[in-house]
Amino acid sequence: MSLTIFALTGAALIGLGVYGLLARLHLLRRIIAFNLIGSGLFLFFGATGARGEILDPIPQALIITGIVVALSASALAVGLVVALAQGSGRASLPEDEDAEGRAP
Amino acid sequence: MSAALDLALCALILGVGLASMAGRGVFRAAIFFITYGLLVAIGWARLGAYDVALAEAAIGSGLTGVLLLAAHGRLRRLRAAAESLSRFNLPAAIAGGGVALSFGWAWFALPVPRAPDLTYALPQAGVGNPVTAVLLNFRAWDTLVESIVLLAALIGVWMMARDADWDAPLGLRYHARPSGVLASFGRILPPVGLIFGVYLVWAGAESTGGAFQGGTVLAAVGLVAMMAGIMRPPRVAQGAWRAALVLGPVVFLGSGLAGAALGAGFLTLPEALAKPAILTIEAALTVSIAVTLALLVLGPPDEGGQQA
Amino acid sequence: MTPLVVVLSLPLLTALSAIAVPASMRVTVALGGVVTTLIAALWLGGVVWHGGPVVLVLGGWQPPIGIVLRADGLAAALIVMSALVIAAVAAAARYEMAPTPAGPRASFGFWPLMLLLWAALNAVFVSRDLFNLYVGLELLSLAAVALVAISGTAQALASAMRYLLFALAGSLLYLAGVVLVYATHGTLDITLLGARVPSPVDALALGLMTAGLLAKTALFPFHVWLPPAHSAAPAPASALLSALVPKGSFLIVMRLWFEAMPDLAAPSALLALAAMGAIAVIWGGALALVQARLKLIVAYSTVAQLGYLFLVFPLAGGDGINQPWAAGAWTGAIFQALSHGLAKAAMFLAAGIYIAAVGSDRLGDLRGLARALPMTSFAFALAAVTLLGLPPSGGFTAKYLLMTSAFASGQWVWAIVLAGGGLLAALYLYRPVAALFTREIRVRPRAIPRAWQAIPLALAALAILLGLLSAMPFDLLQIGRPKPAEDGL
Repeated sequence: MSLTIFALTGAALIGLGVYGLLARLHLLRRIIAFNLIGSGLFLFFGATGARGEILDPIPQALIITGIVVALSASALAVGLVVALAQGSGRASLPEDEDAEGRAP
Repeated sequence: MSAALDLALCALILGVGLASMAGRGVFRAAIFFITYGLLVAIGWARLGAYDVALAEAAIGSGLTGVLLLAAHGRLRRLRAAAESLSRFNLPAAIAGGGVALSFGWAWFALPVPRAPDLTYALPQAGVGNPVTAVLLNFRAWDTLVESIVLLAALIGVWMMARDADWDAPLGLRYHARPSGVLASFGRILPPVGLIFGVYLVWAGAESTGGAFQGGTVLAAVGLVAMMAGIMRPPRVAQGAWRAALVLGPVVFLGSGLAGAALGAGFLTLPEALAKPAILTIEAALTVSIAVTLALLVLGPPDEGGQQA
Repeated sequence: MTPLVVVLSLPLLTALSAIAVPASMRVTVALGGVVTTLIAALWLGGVVWHGGPVVLVLGGWQPPIGIVLRADGLAAALIVMSALVIAAVAAAARYEMAPTPAGPRASFGFWPLMLLLWAALNAVFVSRDLFNLYVGLELLSLAAVALVAISGTAQALASAMRYLLFALAGSLLYLAGVVLVYATHGTLDITLLGARVPSPVDALALGLMTAGLLAKTALFPFHVWLPPAHSAAPAPASALLSALVPKGSFLIVMRLWFEAMPDLAAPSALLALAAMGAIAVIWGGALALVQARLKLIVAYSTVAQLGYLFLVFPLAGGDGINQPWAAGAWTGAIFQALSHGLAKAAMFLAAGIYIAAVGSDRLGDLRGLARALPMTSFAFALAAVTLLGLPPSGGFTAKYLLMTSAFASGQWVWAIVLAGGGLLAALYLYRPVAALFTREIRVRPRAIPRAWQAIPLALAALAILLGLLSAMPFDLLQIGRPKPAEDGL
């Protein structure tokens, strides 16, 4: 029962992150959305790894690796957002603003 | 009872996650995201995955949160922190809903679990914590490449510096008042944090902990010490810091090559040597992870604006 | 086994050293590592050629517990091609990424990032573990994005950001599929998955992984990030990004469809993949036709050339038992990946020389440069021969193999795409070649060392040699070839 709750929460978080990634334009918000998708995916994965009689350590190790990789990507992305804002004064991509019809 | 507890926890996780995606203002979103990470860490503890819980709290919530808050501070000074209010976006909602439903379906469609049998492998791994055994022995190649991903991100972040600032110390200047709270905090916390961080690495061999979790604590100690003015932020030109960055991966790769040279095979740890080898690799990795994480949070060399 | 270990670990060790050593020693250390790794790559090619696939069970742990690496003919060919391209890029970077023209920041970052990218490519080419491939792909993407941002201009930063968004979305899609695979089968090993008990979840997993990899390979409609990113990077970095990086994710697509889950190759899925490829060929070619800057023309040409790779799916597909053309289509797609890598790197390195000579890559400013830079311009024209698929180039061998498969299987639509793509390439490459070889000179060029000018020529010549001596790489690719590549999907 509990495992199903965690797995479905993970699935919902993935969907939530996908929505935020597509609907929100501020790049920091999009970075948060990426992290939501990642952590939802890991929660789902963790629940699948807990179905057996003993807790499978391999998903746990993969998730820890995944968390570190996600942090690395987030750090590079955050650095890019700040550098982009230093040059252009904006923290969103130019073509997204055009599509929106106005600058945020 | 326990299912009810999990249901409440998951409802809370979803609510806070939703709050981090909705509404206006990225500062608010970042705060919600940090809270979200801590709740997810509790979820991991509920699942019995204590190593993951620790990694999620330290790295997923803590460090990512600090990165987001630091970036928000810089964006605010560049007048780029403001966010337009977003309307409901139907195509995005359909995409998100579709993905969520697919995973929901997949959960119920999964066959009976087929986890690999580790009963014979684990006693030869050299460490009692099965997660550490996977990370540093069975799948050591993943962990080695992962430690290098972290380093690649740091070199990438440094490439964001303005050319004129390249010789400047890393990150923005912080000035803490010598008698202020941060300064006293900065004097008390480092010794405690140092002990806790080293303990986490040592404990990781047999119980909960590990190089990444311990390294994060040590990175936080270093950052507080720098913000309190006890330690000066390094410059790219300082060779000792760069050597600390590569120490862990070099020792890890070196031990892998030693295995190949001695005929055991690349990244193979003979059973008798496995425990000391893993502890040596973890110690070296911890140093590099701590320095890399701290420098990632500091950001590229920046001579720009001042901050109190 | 030894050359495989060297090919994997030496780029890493050299990258770590390049970070740690003082600035004065950085280039020497990096070039030493490049030369030694190139030798090891050729050695590995020879070992696979003579002794068959090289297998490395990491840590002695067999899957599903551990990770296995395997250098088959396909991996060895890509490793050798990458080593040749990177050796040329490193030689050109000695001039272009020196601290004087590039600044101390870019000259610090370029070498370790190039070497990390190389290590990631080699790791991806040989890995048989789906999660290990994820970690390798992330290293590849982060190094590639940083190499775009190295230019430091506002435009480069925006391009790098867009690239990163696509790369991260692609990674998460791929990872989502990997999670489902492990949850279903309890293994991540491609060989073990080939013999798995099928499950209804497999189609979702394969679809997610493939979608993510397509975003990273910049297949239409996921291509929008590629041209601005590849043209904004410094020329040696552009050469790495265009010639090598998409091949990593493409190889995983091939491994998934031909080795891990060939049973899921439904005709409609194969058709969809090839249709996206065909649109990429036409759309990329059409956009290359209207660009005013050389690097953008070359970058849009990458969108088109990557499209050809995906024609392999229906050409090696179908439901018959006797499909003698399937092997031809599979080998043809790999030939396309190899020859495009060599030729595209030659073109970007030539563009770098022009930019160093006249400070611009606008076609108007390049007029008449062939007289001042004959070797470079000849190299550009020679590389164009490969991209057009004219004999005797490697591009010709590729298209010949794909074309004969298309006719043999009666799928003439793909033959039209191949021919039409060649025609479009002739049109969009005619403009820069005509500008270079015109008699009038617009801008007086700065002198360029002859050794630097010779580098793109060497690569373009290798792309031609790939066609002239195609028997040897052809045989190499057959070593350890998966069964569905022989029989069709």
